Amino acid sequence: MKQLKENTMKVIFLLAACMSIISVFLICIFLFANGIPAIKEIGFMEFIFGDIWRPANNLYGIFPMIIGSIYVTAGAIAVGVPIGVLCAVFMAGFCPKKLYGIIKPAVDLLAGIPSIVYGFFGLVVLVPIMQQLFGSGGKSVLTASILLGIMILPTIIGVSEAAIRAVPESYYEGALALGSTHERSIFFATLPAAKSGVLAAVILGVGRAIGETMAVIMIAGNQPVVPDSLTSGVRTMTANIVLEMGYATDLHREALVATAVVLFVFILIINLSFSILKRRTY
Amino acid sequence: MENEAYAKNAINKLTLTQKIKAYRNSPMSLFLLVMVVLSAAITVFILFSIAAYILVKGLPHLTPEIFAWEYNSENVSMMPAIINTLTMTGLSLIFAVPIGVFSAIYLVEYAKRGNRLVGVVRITAETLSGIPSIVYGLFGYLLFVIACGFGYTIIGGALTLAIMILPLIMRTTEEALKSVPDTFREGSYGLGAGRLRTIFRIVLPSAVPGILSGVILGIGRIVGETAALLYTAGTVAGIPETVMDSGRTLSIHMWSLLSEGLYVDQAYATAVVLLGMVVLINMISGYAAKKIALNH
Repeated sequence: MKQLKENTMKVIFLLAACMSIISVFLICIFLFANGIPAIKEIGFMEFIFGDIWRPANNLYGIFPMIIGSIYVTAGAIAVGVPIGVLCAVFMAGFCPKKLYGIIKPAVDLLAGIPSIVYGFFGLVVLVPIMQQLFGSGGKSVLTASILLGIMILPTIIGVSEAAIRAVPESYYEGALALGSTHERSIFFATLPAAKSGVLAAVILGVGRAIGETMAVIMIAGNQPVVPDSLTSGVRTMTANIVLEMGYATDLHREALVATAVVLFVFILIINLSFSILKRRTY
Repeated sequence: MENEAYAKNAINKLTLTQKIKAYRNSPMSLFLLVMVVLSAAITVFILFSIAAYILVKGLPHLTPEIFAWEYNSENVSMMPAIINTLTMTGLSLIFAVPIGVFSAIYLVEYAKRGNRLVGVVRITAETLSGIPSIVYGLFGYLLFVIACGFGYTIIGGALTLAIMILPLIMRTTEEALKSVPDTFREGSYGLGAGRLRTIFRIVLPSAVPGILSGVILGIGRIVGETAALLYTAGTVAGIPETVMDSGRTLSIHMWSLLSEGLYVDQAYATAVVLLGMVVLINMISGYAAKKIALNH
């Protein structure tokens, strides 16, 4: 009896452990089964590299959205990584204990703010500022990059701080003993040793930025054309899905699922490089 | 230990004049110092400006009417949305917590070293945690709304969110279980308890604070989620009668108010409530983290 109970529970635990495998499997099946036929029907080259998205005329080219996602993500990295990494250095190497008690919860809170609230803040604060600075509508690649850069800050800070703290103290002490200042020791002895951890943080940030939906949709303008400047509007792949899913039917809907497939493949590549990097770190 | 810390301080202590001299010799150091302080200041400034802006604009609109039971177009009450948020959170946790905790138990307590399955589970969990919420939303839409024929339902949304927070619960539980010392298990086995009894009576209770912090983080994600719910739970504004009806959570409520464009003031008020929830969740998880630190 007791043995039976032990064995049943073991099977239950095993099944629970398999749930994440089943989930990934299901997600792949449902996305690919609904998306691949659409890509086939539209034609792979026309779908990925076609630069006109006009569902009413049966033109489904998501090239502008792919480029849009890449631009916005690159912008977010350009804004978020320098500030994030430097802030992590401050927290790990410069911060008095009392101040740490303020900054750390602040960063945690920044991570907890829902993306819809970020988007709202961007809409009512950032967009008008951009409007005044650059004229035009204010919803642009630049606006989206700045807001996304803010949104990925906590990810970058958290992962890089852990990486910097994981570097043995002896690196820092050695540099100090050789006569360099506190700042130089941290920047030229400790930080380079935490290189791959910081890179992992950046990759994680890329994943966050490329997958962000609700905030981007409110401040990016959403025109499905390849943006020609930093201040022109842009539509990302995520925005494309949310904007049109509500009323799309037939091939249009499948084309949106196919957009998600492309996004999913991007994410898989990012994930893969992240785990390879992580394995190298430890 | 204390001596060591003292000694280090004594070595590193510089007087102000010494510091100024050091910086004059190496302007680069001064530059780096300014940069890191500036970055930290920017980060904190961003948080405070977001919080202050939302609070200043939103607090005046937190009137009693906005918490009325009924939602209608004259008074876009957020009460139904608050209730839906609680329902959604509860339902998702019912699915995600047992599965997440059980799978962590399997990984830590049962799986032997070098078990192939463990590697696969880890990789898939990592993949799950990297998938953007809109992809979850689309998957939930295809599976629950279309393939199962539910239409937009609370339960469809809850199941989608459960999959989304599963890796989070799993990872935190795994870490909590790993931090329970092996002597606990050995002591329990030594007293004649079986594996199951050891897990449920000895290991799990000591891992509760860690598991709880994972659950709280999960709640935070559920409360703030929009994209995954938009096309699974739908945007109906009332309180649903059963879990098979559509209903919108606070985040979706805010999104709907904004996309309708008529209720910006109420959207501010909703943002205040959302922000308040997030602060509360963070405080609880901070408290739980402190508790864990005390236990060790």
